[in-house]
Amino acid sequence: MNAQPADDLVIRARGLTKRFKDLVAVDHVDLSVPKANVYGFLGPNGSGKTTTIRMLCGLMTPTEGDIEVLGLQLPKQAEALRRRIGYMTQKFSLFDDLSVRENLEFLAAVQDIPRAKARQRIDELVGLYHFEDRQKQLAGTMSGGQKQRLALAGAVIHKPELLFLDEPTSAVDPESRRDFWEKLFELADAGTTILVSTHYMDEAERCHRLAILDRGVLVADGSPAELTSAIAGRTLAVIADHPRRAQRALIATPGVISAAQIGNTLRVLTGENGDAAGRIAEVLRGAGVVATVEPSEPNLEDVFVAATRGSAKTEEAA
Amino acid sequence: MSPRRLFAIMVKELRQMRRDRITLAMIVGIPVMQLVLFGYAINFTLRDLDTAISDQAATAGSRALVMDMQNTGVINPVRDASSPQELMTMLRRGEISVGVVVPPDFERRRVDGREAVQVLVDGSDTAVQAAAVQLAQTPLDSAAYVKPKPSQISVVGFYNPERRSAINIVPGLIGIILTMTMVLFTAVAIVRERERGNMELLIATPVSSSELMIGKVLPFAGIGLIQTTLVLLLGAWLFDVPVRGSVLDVYAATILLILANLSLGLMISTKAQSQFQAMQMTFFVFLPSILLSGFMFPFSGMPKIIQYLAEVLPLTHFLRLIRGVMLRGASIFELWPEVLALVAFITLMMTTAILRFTKRLD
Repeated sequence: MNAQPADDLVIRARGLTKRFKDLVAVDHVDLSVPKANVYGFLGPNGSGKTTTIRMLCGLMTPTEGDIEVLGLQLPKQAEALRRRIGYMTQKFSLFDDLSVRENLEFLAAVQDIPRAKARQRIDELVGLYHFEDRQKQLAGTMSGGQKQRLALAGAVIHKPELLFLDEPTSAVDPESRRDFWEKLFELADAGTTILVSTHYMDEAERCHRLAILDRGVLVADGSPAELTSAIAGRTLAVIADHPRRAQRALIATPGVISAAQIGNTLRVLTGENGDAAGRIAEVLRGAGVVATVEPSEPNLEDVFVAATRGSAKTEEAA
Repeated sequence: MSPRRLFAIMVKELRQMRRDRITLAMIVGIPVMQLVLFGYAINFTLRDLDTAISDQAATAGSRALVMDMQNTGVINPVRDASSPQELMTMLRRGEISVGVVVPPDFERRRVDGREAVQVLVDGSDTAVQAAAVQLAQTPLDSAAYVKPKPSQISVVGFYNPERRSAINIVPGLIGIILTMTMVLFTAVAIVRERERGNMELLIATPVSSSELMIGKVLPFAGIGLIQTTLVLLLGAWLFDVPVRGSVLDVYAATILLILANLSLGLMISTKAQSQFQAMQMTFFVFLPSILLSGFMFPFSGMPKIIQYLAEVLPLTHFLRLIRGVMLRGASIFELWPEVLALVAFITLMMTTAILRFTKRLD
């Protein structure tokens, strides 16, 4: 699966590191992003997603490491890269006091699209992103979902080969999020490579490939299926009469990474070795809790917890 | 440099400005308000100072002297006082600015040629003190005992013989208004984009630093010229301020000052982290400009070291240029050292600003 032919890689980073004084924001991250993929960056706030994206689009100079994006060496060839990428910032960064059409006109001009072509492209985008009757509305007066749609339209106005999206849906309702992702897949189908950061599991699930970042470190990467199958057998469902008591007992048990309550069920993630189910049943009996323990299908949330919490546990132990 | 991108940035600035009511109001409001206020209010020749008179002699001669003093127009007697002590009290309380004491032995002193009259002045205001000095020149010859000596030096005031303050102020006011608005507008315009996050979007596009800087500055230069025209027209209409040199030279001098201030604003914008900081830094430049450029206080009266400091301010050079062109009818070529100083300032500031502005976030 990792044996992608080299020229199909759009982003290749080795040992990517960024330090701000004492803080290591990104710590020796290796990345390989294949062409026409939707590649996800999953991680909590402060895990280094934004800093990594900024380095990959040439807005920040890495402290260490090599980056090659679309065959260009960064940060040396950052200026040449800017014509070929689109970047959608985490915070809405179009002009609030310009109308939808004025914003698009400005971006088209800034990307050096000739006037006639620009008009055509803007008309096309206005149709595609449903702004027909909002062309004259000021961007600042639109809803979160509309702003994100406009920002996406602005980021793809020059048909970039590679699109960076930094938490594009963090201020958007579920319905708009679904529409937004439909648009992303349309773009990927047309050959655009998309690198999108998120902290929503359901969004991460939809990516072709995924990198999980935790405190600047790349803790896991692969396709969602690869990532979940890697922890197969480590997830259990515990159905108990007194879930909170069961939870207290389990959290203190060595080998249990997390025990999250979902209704009357506990979703338990265990460490890597041994017959987890048997040990857990024993612990619960010892604590006097009546419970049934069943194996459960792992999902991305488990992967995420295993990757991030796992490292935290070993650190505490050390 | 792509003309299409440069033009797009300018159009964007103008569109944003059109929707920004407060900025629009400032563009027109500041020049009109300042011109009317300063033109009417600032008057360097003081008249009608509140005065109390203590005439202890009460002779025909002393009364004639007080009348003569009144006729100069400098003093306006509002009170009488019986003793110099009472005058001092009034001075201290701020009820009067000037006190005149005519001693009981006034007539004898006058005959003897000794000091016959004392004028007490509120020296806490230097302008009042200067005006009161005129009183000392009031001749004591109303009774014709002493012949006044004619001065052997005659002073001929060129260019503003009536000594009207407005003529002195209005040309300088162009400079003050441009310094205030131009520096602030540019500094804030760029810092605001950084604050709102627009800058991160802009630097991820192919826009170059110089396109961004120049595209932002040019619309403001246009506004500066509109403000200048407004002040010139109002100055001519309300205060009869002449333009004795060529109008083209007036605008040439103004463009130099506008560019100097805009490049200074750009420089500030590369340093300031927030709009508030940009404002603070602007005032850091603005106040010395008003006080040291020669607009408020005579340049030649300042200590040498302050004069050197003032030479760094664009307004100092502009004032010499604009007064030369508007009032003395000089051409800017005759005033080439000032032109050179401004060009040097612009080049230095603009270059540093563009160099300091990096298309990176770290």
